[in-house]
Amino acid sequence: MIAYIFRRILYALPILIGVNIITFVLFFVVNTPDDMARMNLGQKRVTQEAIQKWKTERGYDKPLLWNSNTGGAGKLTDTIFYRNSVKLFVFDFGRSDSGRDISYDISQRMWPSLAITVPGLLLGLLAYITFGLILAFFRATYVDIAGVVICVIMMSISGLFYIIGGQYLIGKFLHLVPISGYDIGPEAFKFVVLPVLVGLIGSIGASTRWYRTIFLEEMNRDYVRTARAKGIPEQQVLFRHVLMNGMIPILTGVVVLLPTLFIGSLVMESFFAIPGLGSYTIDAINMQDFAIVRSMVFLGSVLYIIGLILTDISYTLVDPRVRLE
Amino acid sequence: MPRPFRLCFLALMASVSACSDSPWNNPYPDTESDSNIYYDSFSEQPRHLDPISSYSSNEYVFIGQIYEPPLQYHFLKRPYELIPLTATKVPEPDYVDKEGRALTGDAEAGEVFRVRYRITIQPGILYQPHPAFARNATGDYLYHHLSAAYVQTVHTLEDFAVVGTRELTASDYVYQIKRMAHPRVHSPVAGLMGKYILGLEELATRLANEYSVQAPDKSTFIDLREYEMEGARAIDKYTFEITLQEKYPQFLYWLTMSFFAPMPWEADYFYAQPGMSDRNISLDWFPVGTGPFMLTENNPNRRMVLQRNPNFRGEPFPTEGDSGDSESGLLVDAGLPMPFIDTAMFSLEKEAIPAWNKFLQGYYETSGIVSDSFDQAVQFNAQGEAQLTSEMQDKGISLLTAVTSSTFYMGFNMLDDTVGGDSERARLLRRAISIVMDYEEFISIFSNGRGVPAQGPIPPGIFGYVAGEAGINPYVYAWDNGKAKRRSVAEAQTLMTAAGYPAGREPQSGQPLVLNLDTPAAGPGSKAIFDWLRKQFAKLGINLVIRATDYNRFQEKMLKGTAQIFQWGWNADYPDPENFFFLLYGANSKVDNNGENAANYKNEEFDQLFNQMKNMTNRQQRQKLIDQMVEIVRYDAPWLWGYHPVGFSLHHSWYRNAKPNLMANNTLKYIRIQPLLRKEMRARWNQPVWWPVGVLFILIIAAMIPAIIAYRKRERSPVL
Amino acid sequence: MPVLFITDALIFFLVFMVSCFILYARRHEHLRAPWRQVVRSPLAMSSAVILAAYILVGLLDSIHFHPRMPAAGSDEIINSTEIMSLLDVVTGPLRTRNEKTYSSPLASHLYAKEIIELPDGSQIRDYPRLLYGGAHLSAPEAGKRQDILQRVFSGLLLGSTLSGLFFGIFVLLSGRAGRVSFTAEAMAIIRRRKAIPWHAILLTLALLVITASVTIVLASEYHVLGTDKVGQDVLYQSLKSIRTGLVIGTLTTLVMLPFAIMLGLMAGYFRGWVDDVIQYLYTTLNSIPGVLLIAASILILQVYIANHADEFTSIEHRADMRLLFLCIILGITSWTGLCRMLRGETLKLREIDYVQAAQAFGVGNTTIMLRHLLPNVMHIVMISIVLDFSGLVLAEAVLSYINIGVDPTMHSWGNMINSARLEMAREPIVWWSLTAAFLFMFVLVLAANLFSDAVRDAFDPRIRTGFE
Repeated sequence: MIAYIFRRILYALPILIGVNIITFVLFFVVNTPDDMARMNLGQKRVTQEAIQKWKTERGYDKPLLWNSNTGGAGKLTDTIFYRNSVKLFVFDFGRSDSGRDISYDISQRMWPSLAITVPGLLLGLLAYITFGLILAFFRATYVDIAGVVICVIMMSISGLFYIIGGQYLIGKFLHLVPISGYDIGPEAFKFVVLPVLVGLIGSIGASTRWYRTIFLEEMNRDYVRTARAKGIPEQQVLFRHVLMNGMIPILTGVVVLLPTLFIGSLVMESFFAIPGLGSYTIDAINMQDFAIVRSMVFLGSVLYIIGLILTDISYTLVDPRVRLE
Repeated sequence: MPRPFRLCFLALMASVSACSDSPWNNPYPDTESDSNIYYDSFSEQPRHLDPISSYSSNEYVFIGQIYEPPLQYHFLKRPYELIPLTATKVPEPDYVDKEGRALTGDAEAGEVFRVRYRITIQPGILYQPHPAFARNATGDYLYHHLSAAYVQTVHTLEDFAVVGTRELTASDYVYQIKRMAHPRVHSPVAGLMGKYILGLEELATRLANEYSVQAPDKSTFIDLREYEMEGARAIDKYTFEITLQEKYPQFLYWLTMSFFAPMPWEADYFYAQPGMSDRNISLDWFPVGTGPFMLTENNPNRRMVLQRNPNFRGEPFPTEGDSGDSESGLLVDAGLPMPFIDTAMFSLEKEAIPAWNKFLQGYYETSGIVSDSFDQAVQFNAQGEAQLTSEMQDKGISLLTAVTSSTFYMGFNMLDDTVGGDSERARLLRRAISIVMDYEEFISIFSNGRGVPAQGPIPPGIFGYVAGEAGINPYVYAWDNGKAKRRSVAEAQTLMTAAGYPAGREPQSGQPLVLNLDTPAAGPGSKAIFDWLRKQFAKLGINLVIRATDYNRFQEKMLKGTAQIFQWGWNADYPDPENFFFLLYGANSKVDNNGENAANYKNEEFDQLFNQMKNMTNRQQRQKLIDQMVEIVRYDAPWLWGYHPVGFSLHHSWYRNAKPNLMANNTLKYIRIQPLLRKEMRARWNQPVWWPVGVLFILIIAAMIPAIIAYRKRERSPVL
Repeated sequence: MPVLFITDALIFFLVFMVSCFILYARRHEHLRAPWRQVVRSPLAMSSAVILAAYILVGLLDSIHFHPRMPAAGSDEIINSTEIMSLLDVVTGPLRTRNEKTYSSPLASHLYAKEIIELPDGSQIRDYPRLLYGGAHLSAPEAGKRQDILQRVFSGLLLGSTLSGLFFGIFVLLSGRAGRVSFTAEAMAIIRRRKAIPWHAILLTLALLVITASVTIVLASEYHVLGTDKVGQDVLYQSLKSIRTGLVIGTLTTLVMLPFAIMLGLMAGYFRGWVDDVIQYLYTTLNSIPGVLLIAASILILQVYIANHADEFTSIEHRADMRLLFLCIILGITSWTGLCRMLRGETLKLREIDYVQAAQAFGVGNTTIMLRHLLPNVMHIVMISIVLDFSGLVLAEAVLSYINIGVDPTMHSWGNMINSARLEMAREPIVWWSLTAAFLFMFVLVLAANLFSDAVRDAFDPRIRTGFE
């Protein structure tokens, strides 16, 4: 098991290098260091010397990938790519182009993201499973039909409408929670309610339908039929067999998501002015701050790979038949 | 009601009653409700709070309250008047010729060899409490020799337990001026000031040679006190002298800007210690000044908090104002020591709509008006004057308007073959376009009438602006019935024919003329603007292609001069016509000299007049030169003069001493808040509405009934 | 003179491919049977009718040309540089009848007050009359309601007559073909006795025709869905947005399909290092957050266009390029899922005896993949295409919100929603743009979802989501 995990981590390295190179190339095809300097120096009275100075200070005056001016290892190491990207592998994100410590920023902005995504996930699971189970229980009755129709209708509406509608309703008429913003500590509660609720409503259609399918599939299995034939009451069948076995695909599906919870939601965070990692990324794209973009892509990839490994492990835990070689 | 539901509902109700009387949607802690706190928002994260680098209004919001340059603008008087801030009086320049003889103020620019400004500051001004000044019992600086291990443990300035202060001295001002030459600090005005301040360029060269810019460890401190510079010297503890190489009357305006704020060497030394900047502890993040406020929380991801500086000397509120200021209650606080508020809290608001709604709910004291909420706030009466809607009036909100000292223009690249150059053909084309671009309609659609169509480069309120019939641009407008009337499209079409584009067609191919507009605009509103622009050009039969790019790409195009038509704007640095005419001065051409003349306009006569005009004092003769210059550029039409936006701002009834001041950045100290009134209003406006939640709850219960019926039915039916 | 955008060409290529596939599927029972099941589902067929209407509008909007116009100063007729589509011709005056700014649906006056100069020279502040909307009325205050009612009524009448006529002709023809009398055939359809649910199809069609007729009758004198900030007709914008939505929903799949199929089959079939490389490729691409990839690519395209400004002489070309690029990049971020599924399926299939047998006989690898593997994974491809469609249409709106969607000058629902966000804060609120975008998008996505459910049920009998 440990050997397996170790090997998976080794496998992850080339992927991370690949991610790094792709991000790097993408970004520098778009953005010359001159652009970045101009973006950072502001709009009025920017001279070419100032740009040059900015680049030299941050090491952006070097060649991108290959430095033919120096000898030996310097050819590879004295480049923008090496100087900026290699340190990522030890999670040293360095400083953003505007001069802030990225690791510190990430450690600060992680919590607001989690404050939205974790309750969102937990409440979501509760709601999806409940509704999915109800629909499966009432399968082929008009409760089921109405439920699925509502699901399809809800999933046909763009998420943006839920956000706009939610903000409009709560902000303008009901005065129940603040429209946007964030606070630390218990005060955060009132800011979190609306985004979590909107996220939940936006995803409930598709998810409930998917969970219903899982439960239905489980219900059509032989052991459930057998149990039913034995005369076990329907509720017991539902909770003891269907729910328990249905949890396997559900849980493994959720495990992949766990690490990405840190990243937060891009759209939701910028709409509700939540200072999490999602809005951090969007801002960095808009300000063309390469150091942050690169760090976030790297972080995202690492978390994704962790998610994959966790999924594999969780498979073995819930299903003893699967063994990791 | 099923049991679990009932429990939930009870818990919900309990939490409702547990809450205090303060509104539910209050984004701030309830405990703050009674405090003397000013709430505002910011939409863009400040990048530099170092006064030598900062050059944008979103940063001035903060550092304007913290740093104190020698001079400031009078808060109430118009036209804008310079008054001392830390200085004892506004300095008079001493002009000296080559032989060292004193000259009078109206001496010709050519005769003047040196200009001296001697500035005396008030004694007894103290810096804000700051660890850089902290000393132990023996008088040594506590935090000037920090170990790397210690630096690792700090994250903000508050982690330093002891603070100290010291008196402001003249050498602090000199130190800051020398920082313009600092090899590791970027100052946007270094190039401009290097041309004027004696010895600044030499110092920059010297420092650049001595300290390699490439040093990987940026922590070494450059003790600028050890470098002499002729143009900036401290005479004694309270007096310093700035020497310019040529006559530059506008220099006094620069003395109100943070580039000339004092910088204590202790702070520079403190922040330069190894590892500090890696912990985000730098001048860019933690300013240190003598002003009425100090920055106590710097979290650009969420909020910035300014707090009253306990060491502030208590500058009195102005005792004189403009006519009418006394009647409108602006002089109630006259002579009282400022500031009036204890804390100013700025929260991050990226989206305009939530910010606007929070203003309406009473959670911000002031607000601008975005175009889309304009009709909600303002309506025009029969005379065309802006008035608040009854909704706003009921809330006790007031409106202030002011024509800004900015201009939004559309420029032609004068290097372009089709629209540029000195040919009659291109000039007529430019003028035809000037006529059909209906800025009156633009202002009414996109800014709800909040703008003044420009007649030339100078906005109202700046010396040289001429109002009324004499001030209209005769190539675009005609004076009709007491107001300026845009010339007709037919006239423009005649010009097109004269230019060789009958009906907007190119003579050779017969195809419509295709012109390209470069703009950095993007985002939700831009599509409508693009559509509108195309509609304007189509009046002449011209096919306008809009090349929208990001701001970087746009900058690059402007630098290379590959754009054809472009949109840009300029915000005045100081209230002087020179600050607008220099945008058309030939030597400032963007392509040739990387200057601010984005149209790359070059006209010898104009340039000559500009050189004469720029150093003159505001008198009749200057007006005459300005009139000539305006006539030249109107004739050549390198810009569509665009419009000058009018700023509308709203504020609540508990917000006092509000007067728009477009030049001053340090206006926070004048503001007074009445927290009790605010608390009452907030509670009145934000009653939570519960019935829809109740209705929703009942609906859910109702939806469950069929499920329960189906369940019962199934219970009774035999196994499937 | 016709103009062919790249996306136009790809759309027609797609139409061609779909027709080929239909011909192919007709001859192969394993593909025909599931489709037969789809065709027998009333819900799916109603959805199909609606989808067909959308596709028709989209196709009309994909035929572009330079209109003819008289040359300057002579009677000679030349091509204009303007680019129009067949849809612009069909919708006729909607495109050009622009007001000054906002007007609400079916209004006769602007939505905001302005200073109006009266004939006697005095000025008042009031709602000005629209240039086109309700301009035929001399006193709109009194006569508008009646005029609208009249038009709705005549539209209903026209629509019902047309649908009735269509129903009659259809019954006549299908009765002839089945050698049944007219009444018997009509009763069979109404009583739902036909194998194909003609009752649902014809009913949906009738509803569509009636809605369209009412709209057309009203649109001849009014802005049925109001006008936007610069006075453009919202109905016209919504119709133009259809093509954008369809292009994103379909071309993305078309772009990514060859890669996903090829790489998926190869990975599963060859295994070994080929599998490793392909797995590495998609894991790497997958682990980059999609939004970042899209943002970066859109920026690259902008740089490219800025540097090659001469190659893109018109706004339409620039917008088209960006649309295509968006499809490609969305394809790149979305092919990995399908590729992985195909790889898994191929791994199973290659162990099946006839593949093994083919290998033993020395049949070439390419042939095996094309002849034996590809047809057996087609159902996965099919399900994935229909399932992705609605997701992509919805994604466009979100991307436009972060400014990395389609070109801002292009008509799209995302852009409409994006501008409408600010309109929601207006007082009085401007609701019609948002509502129009919502309705048009919702109907398309709902129809696509219902249709895809039926397709999935038919092709993947393991999972049943809909109702039989």
